Amino acid sequence: MRREVPLVLTAIVGITMIIAHFIPPLNILKNLFEDWFFIIAAFAIYLGILNLILINGDKIYKKQKGWPFGVVVILGFLVITVIGIFFSGGKSFQDPGTPFYYIYMNLYYPLSATMFALLAFFVASASYRAFRARNVEASMLLGAAFILMLGRVPIGYWVSAGLGHALAYAADWIMDFPQTAGQRAIMIGIALGVVSSALRVILGLERAYSAGE
Amino acid sequence: MNETTNQEKKTFWEKLLSIDRRIIFLFIAVAISVPLFFKTSLDMPVSPVVQEVYNAIDKLRAGSKVLVSFDYDPSSMPELQPMAESFFRQCFRKNLKVIIMGLWPQGPLQANIALEQVFKDEDIKAKNLQYGIDYVNLGFTAGNEVVIDRMGHDFRESYPADSRGTPLSEIPLMKGVRNYDNIDLILNLSAGYPGTMEWVQYAVDVFHVKLAAGNTAVQAPSMYPYIQTGQLAGVLGGMKGGAEYEIAIKNPAKAVSYMFSQAIAHAVICFFIIIGNIAFFSLRKKKTS
Amino acid sequence: MSGEVIGVWIGAILTLGIFSFLYKDNPFYKFSEALFVGISAGYWFVVTFWQYFVPKFWDNLALAYSELLTKGRVDYHWIYLLGGFFGVLMLLRLVPKIGWLSRWSLAFIVGTTAGLQFTRYLESNGIRQVVGTIKPLLVSGNMNATIGNIIIVVGTFCGLIYFFFSKEHKGAFGGAARVGIWFIMITFGAFFGYTVMSRMSLLIGRMDYLFGIWLGLY
Repeated sequence: MRREVPLVLTAIVGITMIIAHFIPPLNILKNLFEDWFFIIAAFAIYLGILNLILINGDKIYKKQKGWPFGVVVILGFLVITVIGIFFSGGKSFQDPGTPFYYIYMNLYYPLSATMFALLAFFVASASYRAFRARNVEASMLLGAAFILMLGRVPIGYWVSAGLGHALAYAADWIMDFPQTAGQRAIMIGIALGVVSSALRVILGLERAYSAGE
Repeated sequence: MNETTNQEKKTFWEKLLSIDRRIIFLFIAVAISVPLFFKTSLDMPVSPVVQEVYNAIDKLRAGSKVLVSFDYDPSSMPELQPMAESFFRQCFRKNLKVIIMGLWPQGPLQANIALEQVFKDEDIKAKNLQYGIDYVNLGFTAGNEVVIDRMGHDFRESYPADSRGTPLSEIPLMKGVRNYDNIDLILNLSAGYPGTMEWVQYAVDVFHVKLAAGNTAVQAPSMYPYIQTGQLAGVLGGMKGGAEYEIAIKNPAKAVSYMFSQAIAHAVICFFIIIGNIAFFSLRKKKTS
Repeated sequence: MSGEVIGVWIGAILTLGIFSFLYKDNPFYKFSEALFVGISAGYWFVVTFWQYFVPKFWDNLALAYSELLTKGRVDYHWIYLLGGFFGVLMLLRLVPKIGWLSRWSLAFIVGTTAGLQFTRYLESNGIRQVVGTIKPLLVSGNMNATIGNIIIVVGTFCGLIYFFFSKEHKGAFGGAARVGIWFIMITFGAFFGYTVMSRMSLLIGRMDYLFGIWLGLY
């Protein structure tokens, strides 16, 4: 029961989704399964959030190191959730002018954008310390990166003006041909991997998702 | 004397390699910030993949319907918002009808911000564009690629009404628009999943609609195989793609002005990589000798 | 002070809080980070509630209920209860004794994803890419196209050979794999260059916010 039901469920749902592509009347079932998928996905997100609250709650209760920040996490969560569910006009909660929109634009957006922007600094530092032309392959990687970093900005265009803007055109050529070829090899490899994994999962050969508690 | 000099050189390269990373951070911060104070408009060529996007829209006749999907959030605004504004400018100048939607919750909000900016232009203000007749915002619907798939059969399966709650049947622009067969071009502005790959997989390859894309620079290299097969008409890649598109429509704006900062930052990173490699090879040479 | 101005100041202070990590880890950064975690969780809770839970589950059940009340008939929308049932099973993961029931929901998710992606990846990322690689190696009168096609064909083929690990990379096969890895290195170099471009763009956006919008220096 514990193992068999998930395997049968996966097989039925997976086969239905594939066959519906070829037998259009089955689209009714496909649409239903897709809607259920999003209901379950919503609960999966709630599971993650509940887990986060429980971990931080436990940290506060046991007064572990950094527990005041656990209070910040929970308070932040509660404030935006209460405002978004009860005080922002229902389904139009994201419309400009709502309290939720205000919190989103002035708290969530600056924090989120800045977290990503931090990466710019670490990319520079990591490149300086670790990016070495140790062998032929690393040199090719470095060479391509250089041509693209300079060729795709105006500096490359100006610096190579005497050579007919060679750097800029070299960057375009690398993207159109060798990069596309390598990218395509990766893409086909991934596609074959996805297809074989999907088949293994549907046929019950892959059971990792059904292991654990 | 030589031994002392060799020791000094060794110390210098080792010191250089173990430099405090905060100094590198400072260089990057200055390289990005200082150019922002100089309002410079830089000359740069329009690359073929960007020109293809421009041409795809330029070929359309007045009254053609274009669908634009805003699949990004404010974190990707510096790269994608200039593309959105330029797209609206080109469409409205050509009197195309624009249908806006989003697969990301914040997407349609970004569209409204872009429209607000574009409507300040005198030539577009003079056109007196009407919501529901010249453009419409269908808003966000949850469902990722499922939304794309269902729209291929009937837009109303995913969007029974627009973002204001008006049923599609009551919107003049949406009369006669049932599915992708009634759309002349789709532009997807994407920062991740769901995004351009899903549009290619579910809209282009199933329903054979023409698609162009604007992507963050992280995603852009992955789109080139799709361009080469014809699944994608062209791609605007990152802030540079946005800047080139602004030049193509002859309206240099934010993206072009940001390119100066971008150029200096790239030059600084290249400089650090070169210095790091020189130091590394010098030390390696000293160790082997 | 208007709400907009207060909002810009809050955004700027939080931005500086995150940037303070660049100097060293400190309580100001930790506070900003904790706030980000809490607000992100809340944001996705609210979005999921209004955009997924309500339209896909609640509205369908409300429709079925109203059909039962007004017309006295059992509508097919009641079937969405089963979707809700699977959703609740997912939450049981937090209860150790009956946590195994969440595997049923996971199985549903895995099956749907596998089925959806099977056909799409096979066609768009597999077959169409192979078709796009079948190109003439000699285009008479067009040297650029000839060289381009050769590079595409050789690069894709050798790249795929590199990923074939069931045969030892020796001899001609090994040579082809080596050529393949050169193409893949060029691809990774392109990825790196574009990633740097993307990260710098995001930083430009934040600096523009601080200097242009918050401080109004230009």
